[in-house]
Amino acid sequence: MNTRQQSKLIYSWYGKPLGSDRKLRTSQYKGILITSENSKTETCIQLGDFILVEGVNADQPYVAQLVDLYEDGAQHKRAVVQWFCRLEEIPQNKRKLLKREISAQEVFFDQVLGYDTDIAAETIIKSIMVLPLHLGEELPIMTLNKEQTFYVKQSWDGKCFKVLSPDTFSKLKEANKKRGVITNSSKAFIPSDNLTPVKRETESVVQSATKPKNVDMEIESKHSVSKSSLAKERHSQRVANNDTKTPTARKKLELNSPTRSKGRLLGCEVLGLLDDDCDTVAPLEASATKRKVKFTNEILGSPPKIPCSNDKFKSISETAEDCQRFSDIQLSPFTKVKDFSEKDKNLFEKDSILSLAGYQKWSSQSPVLTPRSRRTCAQKTSALIAEQISLLKSHGKLAAEEDLSDSDSSYSASSEEEENDDVPCTPEKKTTSSRIFSTPKSSRKSAVHTPAKPLKKTPVQGTPRTPRNATPEIPRRIQAAQEPASVLEEARLRLHVSAVPESLPCREEEFQDIYNFVESKLIDGTGGCMYISGVPGTGKTATVHEVIRCLQQAAENDEVPPFQFVEINGMKLTDPHQAYVQILEFLTGQKVTAAHAAVLLAKLFSTPGPKRKTTVLIVDELDLLWTRKQNVMYNLFDWPTQKHSKLIILAIANTMDLPERIMMNRVASRLGLTRMSFQPYTYKQLQQIISSRLKGVKAFEEDAVQLVSRKVAALSGDARRCLDICRRATEICEFAREKRTPEIVRMAHVTEAIDEMFSSPYVNAIRNASLHEQIFLKAILAEFRRAGVEEATVQEIYHHHVALCRMEGVQSPTVSEIMAICSRLGACRLLLVEASNKYLHVRVRLNLSQDDVMYALKEE
Amino acid sequence: QHRHLLELLKRTTVHGESNSALIIGPRGSGKTTLLNHVLKYLREMKQVQENLLEFFMKNPFLSGLLQTNDKVALKEITRQLQLENVVGDKVFGSFAENLAFLLEALRKGNRTSTCPILFVLDEFDLFVHHKNQTLLYNLFDISQSAQTPVTVIGLTCRQDILELLEKRVKSRFSHRQIYLMNSFDFKQYIKIFKKQLSLPAEFPDEAFAQKWNNNVQLLSEDKTVQDVLQKLFHHSKDLRSLHLLLMLAVSAVTVHHPLLTAADLQEASRQHSTDSKANIVHGLSVLEICLIIAMKHLNEVYDGEPFNFQMVYNEFQKFIQRKAHSMYNFEKPIVMKAFEHLLQLELVQPLERPSARAQREYLLMKLLLDSSQIMDALQVYPNCPTDVKQWAASSLSWL
Repeated sequence: MNTRQQSKLIYSWYGKPLGSDRKLRTSQYKGILITSENSKTETCIQLGDFILVEGVNADQPYVAQLVDLYEDGAQHKRAVVQWFCRLEEIPQNKRKLLKREISAQEVFFDQVLGYDTDIAAETIIKSIMVLPLHLGEELPIMTLNKEQTFYVKQSWDGKCFKVLSPDTFSKLKEANKKRGVITNSSKAFIPSDNLTPVKRETESVVQSATKPKNVDMEIESKHSVSKSSLAKERHSQRVANNDTKTPTARKKLELNSPTRSKGRLLGCEVLGLLDDDCDTVAPLEASATKRKVKFTNEILGSPPKIPCSNDKFKSISETAEDCQRFSDIQLSPFTKVKDFSEKDKNLFEKDSILSLAGYQKWSSQSPVLTPRSRRTCAQKTSALIAEQISLLKSHGKLAAEEDLSDSDSSYSASSEEEENDDVPCTPEKKTTSSRIFSTPKSSRKSAVHTPAKPLKKTPVQGTPRTPRNATPEIPRRIQAAQEPASVLEEARLRLHVSAVPESLPCREEEFQDIYNFVESKLIDGTGGCMYISGVPGTGKTATVHEVIRCLQQAAENDEVPPFQFVEINGMKLTDPHQAYVQILEFLTGQKVTAAHAAVLLAKLFSTPGPKRKTTVLIVDELDLLWTRKQNVMYNLFDWPTQKHSKLIILAIANTMDLPERIMMNRVASRLGLTRMSFQPYTYKQLQQIISSRLKGVKAFEEDAVQLVSRKVAALSGDARRCLDICRRATEICEFAREKRTPEIVRMAHVTEAIDEMFSSPYVNAIRNASLHEQIFLKAILAEFRRAGVEEATVQEIYHHHVALCRMEGVQSPTVSEIMAICSRLGACRLLLVEASNKYLHVRVRLNLSQDDVMYALKEE
Repeated sequence: QHRHLLELLKRTTVHGESNSALIIGPRGSGKTTLLNHVLKYLREMKQVQENLLEFFMKNPFLSGLLQTNDKVALKEITRQLQLENVVGDKVFGSFAENLAFLLEALRKGNRTSTCPILFVLDEFDLFVHHKNQTLLYNLFDISQSAQTPVTVIGLTCRQDILELLEKRVKSRFSHRQIYLMNSFDFKQYIKIFKKQLSLPAEFPDEAFAQKWNNNVQLLSEDKTVQDVLQKLFHHSKDLRSLHLLLMLAVSAVTVHHPLLTAADLQEASRQHSTDSKANIVHGLSVLEICLIIAMKHLNEVYDGEPFNFQMVYNEFQKFIQRKAHSMYNFEKPIVMKAFEHLLQLELVQPLERPSARAQREYLLMKLLLDSSQIMDALQVYPNCPTDVKQWAASSLSWL
């Protein structure tokens, strides 16, 4: 969760302004200090650090790298960042371009244009780690600070994923090295220092674990004399590389930690010096492998002492000791060139001497492992290391991740060798080419080994999702659905409303209007509303969806900026306020209560988001979002007017005058005047729709189609109805075909279908009623005529009924039976019967015109 | 109709086509029977042809009388679709969640691969009254879009059901209506009667079955029986009322009286058609009868205007004074008590709810009996005093 919610944070500049721009009246800084009031901890974030930035979703802050910090003329603290985007921020349809599984910790180097890289400094939450990795390398695993570490493998520019270019990669790497110890909070100081040695240890251990093998490999290769010289060449190159890299990194470390206590500084310096030392020593030696080993040992040597002495810098004598030890180790490989396993053991023995007691167990194990395969060994060792780290962690504090970064950077050097050794057979040209690649790749590999392990051990936080995300599914059918066999079946399939036509005939104008509207808003990056009305079945929703589909296509082709598409349907909500929940869920995937969602959305749309895409929101069946206070509608239409909202609303409803009729003035005015009404289809259009759907299928007579479209157009202009009639006609035709063989749907069939759909059921119902029911209806008519009022009580009707029965010569029913008749007719809604226990005084009314009743009764 | 429905369902199952239809017909016209029959037929057919029985395992049968609102209905759908196993033991938090869940479930399917679902909405008219018709809208919307193939079948007795649908719901409904009417005439009615009464061939005692069936044949040709049936037929064509009548008659059959007679049917018919209110009148005391007669006179005088106890009491007093019969000379509280008894029997009904302020004597009342009913009841009333009878016949004769 966002730390800001827990305590108030104070942001202040760190250090003096580096430089200022007179014209722009800005002054730049190299760091920002975040002070938390509650915990009294201070965090310093400097340029080049990786940070989390408050985002739309509190659970998923944005990842970014700090590029610049400045204060503008209005005293606002601003920051310029380089974004990284999470998988969640990449559109669904693009994710498949990746063609691989993405872990929650992976981010992409963001090269999408259009995101605002200039953000308010107050939105920075904290610093994190972003480790560059090679494509194809496993995700590293870390026990600690899982939430604070991210990995970047590829860049994302809005259209496709690319492998990180080497210079960005190295930049990122440098940034990581630079980080050193960043959280300089007074409390975290000592623990972090305590941890560093441990880290070094582990690192060295890893190196030593991998190194011997490298040596082995190399020695193997060197067995063939011809190759040895090449290998040397390679090594010298590598050494040069190391020389350039490590010292600079160290120096940066020094630069980055000016606030540290002097003691610490000294330690760093010593370390740096040692580095330099070893670097200088290394070139002198013929094989760089030895240098490497020495390097590791040097680092190895330092940690055991550091924990013991609190001030933890080594005395010079100690360094001298270390140097001696190096030389020992340097010698050992030379002597043991013949026997790999022996040498391995030797190395590990040395390690075990140097390392803490806890390591001894491990180191004794590892020699056994090493012969098998380098990989497994390295993994195992790293696992052990991770365990130990976590153990130490429990004692100390967090913030070992910086140390890890250090270790990573040093890994890179070691694994570089590994990489090179992997391709010993083709040394001539590939060495040079692999050189370039190897740096990032190998570093990733080595990083994979250490941090990746704990991920598997510790339960992943993201995975235990609530079952609400388990999307239910209707069971599959066992047998595949039959494909349409005949022409008529094919036609019926196409006439089904659900069949999506390739284009929407007769709605080209409306389509163009809506498209232009949305497109212009998208390009401008502004918000807006549009109100679309029309009677049911005129293709409102279909047209809007078509527009969105086209726009999405255009966005993919980069013609318009990318946008998010959210749809809500008033009918599919149980309560107008649920609209908030749905929108929020679409946008961020959160599930919250309606009230909370409203607050979050309001915040989301009213504050300037750094990398917000435009959102296109379709509100179908708008009238159902009506509440008495109309706050849902008010909010919906208020957001687009906000400056930063980037929200486009397409509201769809049936009634043309909805804004005037049910909306309050303030809501209606926010809706704006952009309106569009879909006219009911004319018969020609309906005809066109049907024929376009039936294109290529000869199932209907021309006249029949025309008849249907004319009928429907005269009635409602509802395309759905039109299609339904046609479908029914094909069915009738199919029935008829069983007797004779008419191939296509003719007028007769269509007429029958129309009659079936539009015929009034009342007359038929009356004709099929029983005798007394008919007499009762007659009695009602008589009573109406007598009283002159279209309403009568059962008592009055009863008298008439009895009289009529006498005339007809039928035995007259009792009152109970009359009541039964009355309620039966009432159930069919031939009569409207007052629902109460008034018995004889129940009032009765006809539900159809008297003429209809007369007509129905006269026939017999 | 049978064939239409059969075709419709067959297409849904075989082709995965979505449909919606309404079966409309008065009560007792066999809507549910038709549907069940078709389903049974389909099941058999599938078993023979394609072995796709699983289709029909999913058969949500919702009744508007049980699922009184959308929330309950949704839960029931979920239960019947056996989706809870997906949800696990998670209790549905809210209606909204539930709806979203179900829609999501249905949206995922497509025409060719998903098992078709048949929704049967019994008492469809009651679903119409749910708020916003959300359930109907969604069901019809699914049936009109390329999602899981569904067939929505509504059963209702209301002829005006389409007018109750909201316009956007109506537009999504496919307007297939299957009307069921009791369109048979009397000859068919007799046939049905015979068929209902006859014992089936697999009846264990064959000799008795033979005898019984012969008797039924004779009965159906009997004049009195035909009269009884004719009367019932005129009254209502509902087959359920026929069943009811036959039940009454058959329940008279005992070991000693093994065969149904025409008299049994007549008796049953008499029971079937008696007037309930008149029956109550038979059990009243003379005083209460007198009060009812007084009310009847008041009704005649004031042409159906409401009356109160005081008026009835006055009328009654007039009658007593004229006759000077001491045996009917009751105290007013006793008369009041009798009046309240009538009130409890619902022979009299107050116009408005009794309030604390108004005195009971002056509460306006209405008589729930017709004058003809009163006269009929008096005819059969045992030991009715003659002067009361005379008074009932005419209130003016004593003037």
